[in-house]
Amino acid sequence: MTATSQQFEIEHVSLADLRKEESPSIFENVSFGFFVYLMTDLVLFASLFAVYAVLHKNIANGPSGYNIFNLNTVLAETLLLLTSSFTCGLTLLSLRTKKKITVLTNLAVTFLLGLGFLLIEINEFHHLVSIGDSWRVSGFLSSFFTLVGTHGLHITIGLIWMIYLAFRLYKTGFSRANLRRFTIFTLFWHFLDVIWIFIFTVVYLMGMLKL
Amino acid sequence: MLYFASFFLGKLNRHAIPTDMVTLGAAVSIVLGLIFGAILITYFHKWKYLWKEWLTSVDHKKIGIMYIIVAVLMLIRGGVDALMLRGQQATSVGVHHGYLSSSTFAQVFSAHGTIMIFFAAMGLMFGIINLVLPLQIGSRDVAFPFMNLTSFWLFVAGMVLVNVSLGIGDFSAAGWLAYPPLSELRYSPTVGVDYWIWSLEIAGIGSLLSGVNFFTTILKTRAPGMSLTKMPMFAWSVLCTTSLIIFAFPILTVTLTLLYLDRTMGMHFFTAAAGGNMMMYVNLIWAWGHPEVYILILPAFGIFSEIVATFSHKRLFGYRTMVGALVSITVLSFTVWLHHFFTMGAGADVNGFFGIMTMVIAIPTGVKIFNWLFTMYKGRIKFSQSMLWFFGFVGLFTVGGVAGVILAMPPADFQLHNSLFLVAHFHTMIVGGVLFGYFAGLSYWFPKIFGYKLNEKLGRISFYLWFSGFLLAFVPLYILGLLGATRRIDHYSASLGWQPLFIIAGLGVLVIASGVFMMIIQHLVSFINRDKLKDKTGDPWNGKTLEWSVSSPAPFYNFASIPVVHSRDFYWDIKNIIKHEPKEITDVLMPKNSNHAPIIGFISILFGFSMVWHIWWLSLVSLLLIIIVIFNRFNDENPNYLLRAEEIIEIEQSHLRLKES
Repeated sequence: MTATSQQFEIEHVSLADLRKEESPSIFENVSFGFFVYLMTDLVLFASLFAVYAVLHKNIANGPSGYNIFNLNTVLAETLLLLTSSFTCGLTLLSLRTKKKITVLTNLAVTFLLGLGFLLIEINEFHHLVSIGDSWRVSGFLSSFFTLVGTHGLHITIGLIWMIYLAFRLYKTGFSRANLRRFTIFTLFWHFLDVIWIFIFTVVYLMGMLKL
Repeated sequence: MLYFASFFLGKLNRHAIPTDMVTLGAAVSIVLGLIFGAILITYFHKWKYLWKEWLTSVDHKKIGIMYIIVAVLMLIRGGVDALMLRGQQATSVGVHHGYLSSSTFAQVFSAHGTIMIFFAAMGLMFGIINLVLPLQIGSRDVAFPFMNLTSFWLFVAGMVLVNVSLGIGDFSAAGWLAYPPLSELRYSPTVGVDYWIWSLEIAGIGSLLSGVNFFTTILKTRAPGMSLTKMPMFAWSVLCTTSLIIFAFPILTVTLTLLYLDRTMGMHFFTAAAGGNMMMYVNLIWAWGHPEVYILILPAFGIFSEIVATFSHKRLFGYRTMVGALVSITVLSFTVWLHHFFTMGAGADVNGFFGIMTMVIAIPTGVKIFNWLFTMYKGRIKFSQSMLWFFGFVGLFTVGGVAGVILAMPPADFQLHNSLFLVAHFHTMIVGGVLFGYFAGLSYWFPKIFGYKLNEKLGRISFYLWFSGFLLAFVPLYILGLLGATRRIDHYSASLGWQPLFIIAGLGVLVIASGVFMMIIQHLVSFINRDKLKDKTGDPWNGKTLEWSVSSPAPFYNFASIPVVHSRDFYWDIKNIIKHEPKEITDVLMPKNSNHAPIIGFISILFGFSMVWHIWWLSLVSLLLIIIVIFNRFNDENPNYLLRAEEIIEIEQSHLRLKES
């Protein structure tokens, strides 16, 4: 009997349980499919990075990155997001303890760190707009706001998702379905971290170089 | 008072109703058609049946049929647009100015291109993939059945938005790809371009989700034993197409969003001032757009690979080179986009590179053509209607491909750029290649879907009308293009002497229209004679792949027991060589139908509409509603139901009784 047909048999033997617990193949399909979706998201960000690379010198009569970026806030943002990625990993690991309070605490810390990141970013945007350097000024600022803002939008979606996850876990406990939900959320959150590393490097660090 | 109106209705006011008689007539006839349909459904008490059995069904075969119905309606609408364009160009010469104003003409050609590519061709493609792919790889359904239905409804939402633009506001007049600066707010101040953006944005997200879905389906849910090298060629072509979708469609999403941000938020991505770069738009849109044409053609290649082998009663020649050709086309299709704008002025080196890459792509395509010809060589060829479409395809596709190689030479392209030669070239590829491929596939798999075959004779007549109509309609355009006629002209001087050729082209479109009419007759006649044409065996063509091993029409659970595959042309082998013992039939879990998907589709229409008209409160509300509906769906802990083995056995036995009678 080949490996594939063995797998197939196992799937069918446990059919009676499946009405209570979802099939392991769903876990595999969903995590794979979600990973493929993340790759499409990666292409989306790659396009935005390409647009930024084309436009970042087109400052028209406005400021350049050197004039407006503040590396201190960017450092704070980076630390918050990287730490949240760490606690997000802890959340997934703590599912093994089967203690709701541990998982929810880890998730809450992740949420707060993510929220902190988002608030700093909103503050930065608000500051730029209030001193007149909005997206209307130049091609550079349009692409800056769009690239960084799209990442921020993803973070916002992640925050809403975390609320939902907490709600699910609280109501339905440690099922295989919930393990799947936490796993794909973790993929998503780490992915946003990777994107942020690129934004940090390409937009902020390279932007601080004098043109 | 005015403030409240603009808060609640955005840019919408009574001037949104078109005054132009042609547009108004079209809008009124669509509304009347919808009312007529609704009355019919009410009269026959079919609302509940329609909702329960079709609109909310997650069965991939039903979703496929719905895709094809929408796509055919859009094919007819796009065809009417084509007739209008040809009518204008045949009559608007010298002192005569035709019956369409310039702005209406521009809207009609923009709508023609948009509708034909996004809603006719893409719809037919997803329809056929849905109908065939899970059956062919021995799967009970796609990997994510609910997402599949959602994709369909997003596709419908995009389609509705294009058609709403007929009656409320106007449609884009900036061509099917809406190049800036023309598509920027300054030169297109009406909502037309916004309609274009949002219908494609919403339908595009649907396509992206479908791409992810089918990619996962192929890689994760194949029958045991079916390694990638034992996979049927159609499944291979879908694997390549979906990887193209995964890489290309996010670029479209970004590009459309940036254009919308330019138009709405006053950003400067593609504007002429303040550091925008309009050629970046053209690069981005073709970085999606060129793979897009391969997304459309690859499934057609897969369909022909199935048909040619089946009707030649031979195994496919050069399976490995066929796969190699598909994969290299997939990779190469991302390295040629700049040939759409050699005239941008990127310089000789860049143009040279992209010209050579474009010619290189002709090599794997040629490999495929020769593999099909060698498959037929010494085969017992059956001249069925599906094969006729293939013969038409080989001739036209080769001619169109050679025209493409001419266009790939930058010096020649500088002369032919944006001429009717180009228009003739890509219509040869898309009608003669894509559309003929899908028609061949539809006539081939029709019995598997509906349980009866299509009338052969009428199908042949329809093919000959299509083929001769095509030549009549597009050979004149090749000549006109060489004479210097540019595309999208609504008027030209009589002294040019172009009118006879335009009239012939117009007659060609009429012949194609009669081909479409003949197809409708064919379906009606076949439906009336469905008892005589009934496919009792489930295998009318002596097929070689798994979809022919089940009854026609395929049962909703697809396979009573999932087969274990041992070879490439597995079904031929179990009919002839290997002794195959089906496994025991057990209970299976099936996905339940879902109300959520059509609701998401409906709210997406509201969302798109509100974004077009700047009705921001409605955008927020509809976005919130979509999130609520999605969470509501996720909260459903039991999206599946248990199908009992006894029920499957009963259905299978009735099929066996039919087979033996």
